Amino acid sequence: MAVATEKVDLTKVKPYGDTMNDGMVQLGFTLPVPDGDEAVEAAKQLVKKMGLNEPSVVYHEDLGIGYTYFVVYGKCQHTVDYSKIEVPKVEVDTMSKSEVEEYIKENIKRDVTIVGACTGTDAHTVGIDAIMNMKGYAGHFGLERYEGIEAVNMGSQVPNEELVAKAIELNADAILVSQVVTQKDVHIPNLTELVELLEAEGLRDKIVLVCGGPRLSHELAKELGYDAGFGTGSFAEDVASFVVTEIVDRNLI
Amino acid sequence: MESKLNLDPKLIESARTAASNIAEDVQEFIDEHTTTSTERTVARLLGIDGVDEIDRPLPNIIIDNIKEGGGLGRGAAFWIGNAIVQTGDDPQTIAEKISRGELDITRLEIASDEKIKEAIYPIAEENVAKIKKNREKRDNYLNTIGEGTQPYIYVIVATGNIYEDIIQAQAAAKQGADIIAVIRTTGQSLLDYVPYGATTEGFGGTYATQENFRLMRKALDEVGEEVGRYIRLCNYCSGLCMPEIAAMGALERLDVMLNDALYGILFRDINMQRTLVDQYFSRVINGYAGIIINTGEDNYLTTDDAVEAAHTVLASQFINEQFALKAGLPEEQMGLGHAFEMDPDLENGFLYELAQAQMAREIFPNAPLKYMPPTKFMTGNIFKGHVQDALFNMIAIMTNQGLQLLGMLTEAIHTPHLHDRFLSIENAEYIFNNAKDLGNEIRFKDGGIIDKRAQEVLKNAEELLRQIEEEGLFPTIERGQFGGVKRPRDGGKGLDGVSKKDTGYFNPFIDLMLGGEK
Repeated sequence: MAVATEKVDLTKVKPYGDTMNDGMVQLGFTLPVPDGDEAVEAAKQLVKKMGLNEPSVVYHEDLGIGYTYFVVYGKCQHTVDYSKIEVPKVEVDTMSKSEVEEYIKENIKRDVTIVGACTGTDAHTVGIDAIMNMKGYAGHFGLERYEGIEAVNMGSQVPNEELVAKAIELNADAILVSQVVTQKDVHIPNLTELVELLEAEGLRDKIVLVCGGPRLSHELAKELGYDAGFGTGSFAEDVASFVVTEIVDRNLI
Repeated sequence: MESKLNLDPKLIESARTAASNIAEDVQEFIDEHTTTSTERTVARLLGIDGVDEIDRPLPNIIIDNIKEGGGLGRGAAFWIGNAIVQTGDDPQTIAEKISRGELDITRLEIASDEKIKEAIYPIAEENVAKIKKNREKRDNYLNTIGEGTQPYIYVIVATGNIYEDIIQAQAAAKQGADIIAVIRTTGQSLLDYVPYGATTEGFGGTYATQENFRLMRKALDEVGEEVGRYIRLCNYCSGLCMPEIAAMGALERLDVMLNDALYGILFRDINMQRTLVDQYFSRVINGYAGIIINTGEDNYLTTDDAVEAAHTVLASQFINEQFALKAGLPEEQMGLGHAFEMDPDLENGFLYELAQAQMAREIFPNAPLKYMPPTKFMTGNIFKGHVQDALFNMIAIMTNQGLQLLGMLTEAIHTPHLHDRFLSIENAEYIFNNAKDLGNEIRFKDGGIIDKRAQEVLKNAEELLRQIEEEGLFPTIERGQFGGVKRPRDGGKGLDGVSKKDTGYFNPFIDLMLGGEK
């Protein structure tokens, strides 16, 4: 790996364009005003207020209804202290598929049942399919292919009640919930409801509860009462590693 | 058309024959059954509309009343016709009386079949004439202000608020869009009724209601006249209210409708019996109304692998073609679906996509194919996404696709912002113009990668179709052959709305639209 030669002050980090600390930021946005000199000036003033110096409007175009699209560059004045940043993360060392299978054999000594679904009104199964289906995603096999894991993907638009009923029926060890549609925060009450249902059934402590989706963070998941949250870039082995170690750590064997 | 791919016409013929037999087999089932939604559609087409004080649609109220009285198998036209004879009221008044509990439609004395038909047909004919008029009005627009060239630039709006949608749609038309689709709110396909009136609240889309259709139609006519191009309106005639939405669309002059039972079965878990019966009537209506249907095969590639499952898309297109023909829907209105969904890391993926798009073009020469953009491998890297969309547009112009649903660079992030749509349209217009006649200028190498890929997909599709012909469509779906999704014959939503037809059943609109003069 090539390493930049210049020393970076991690207590004062700002964007890099082609020179250290030049602060270069690119923006694309629309203002609801007609294209023209005034529009360009409005875009510049707005970008300055965002904390970007020397705003430069490199492109502007009328969008057909008296609104204008801009591409703007500016130099960011602000810095962040990288050295003091702490982000809550799922604390697990991801194992490979065969390591997970081995781990189950040695430590759990029975099949692990995992039920997954896209709940509520969400019809987008791409996330849950990527984690659960045989094929997986981008060369990472899904849970269905794991020896020692009984994976049941209930698909889309599954009511929370049905998901819980299925988990009880199969005596599931873990529940995976995928939420892709997060417009207007529709996922929050839905995810909360599932936790409440599990608590009402006295199941919450006996089950590993995981949610995932492009706009879900581990932090949010914990806040909502989940054991873990997985965002974009997670694969089946990340989720599997978490679930099996959690089963052992919490003595749910 | 000269084949660039050396596709074997005998193989195409064999696939088509198998698909025809598959459809014929299902059609026998369809002809023996009706559904609540089919009968609600008859009620709507007889002029019944509106809701009661707790927002229950009158078409639901009247069909529930018939169903509770055990009369669904005779059909709504029979009971409404009889009620007209017995009460002298019009259908709307009859529905209102039922909603107030003043009338129980199956308890009335029964008139002769002849009298009932005499009462129904004039009303049915009058409403069918309205739909025909809409068709003529569209033709008139096309002949006067004209239209964009194919591939039609097709974009979606999805704000949840019909008035906001109108602003976005008009902007898109001015930017160059030919078709505006108003995405429905998440979950509408599973509602067993159609909401009423203008709506401003939806998740990930806007409710399909007749009033929303009317508002958007008017807005697009206005902007169409301004830009000198007829702007087509698209909505979603799928889910539990499939034929009702077809009727509403026909009455409000929609131009394009998503309309695919297989899609509902696989991706919305709608019962297969219910939705195949519903699909038939909806396609009869769409066919008569001059509406281009869009089928949903592209979705198989979001759950299944785009390379390995390519033949399932083609097989399903063949089946959809035959179902459409049975409903009197001409090839020119068949927007058969397929998609550009291969992993961008695949070596020579572009060649495979090109092969498949050209193959679909040659096998369905008169169909305005609906080509869907990359979604599965869109990552949030908007810049790479814009390039993926450019490759997709390149194939569309090289293979003369009909309806190009534009990819958005922000796919996988949010429903399109105003400028996302602008950038996508600019991308498509640039490529469609810059490479306009490229397809006519090139041939593919005999026995080359493209040639062989197309032949392989056709061969696999033909084999699959012969297998389905042997086995039947229902068991094939039960086995998870399409999209890798398994659905049981008696599972899913809406089965309780299916009923066997009794003797004396009639649906005047099938007679008038399927047999009638267009």
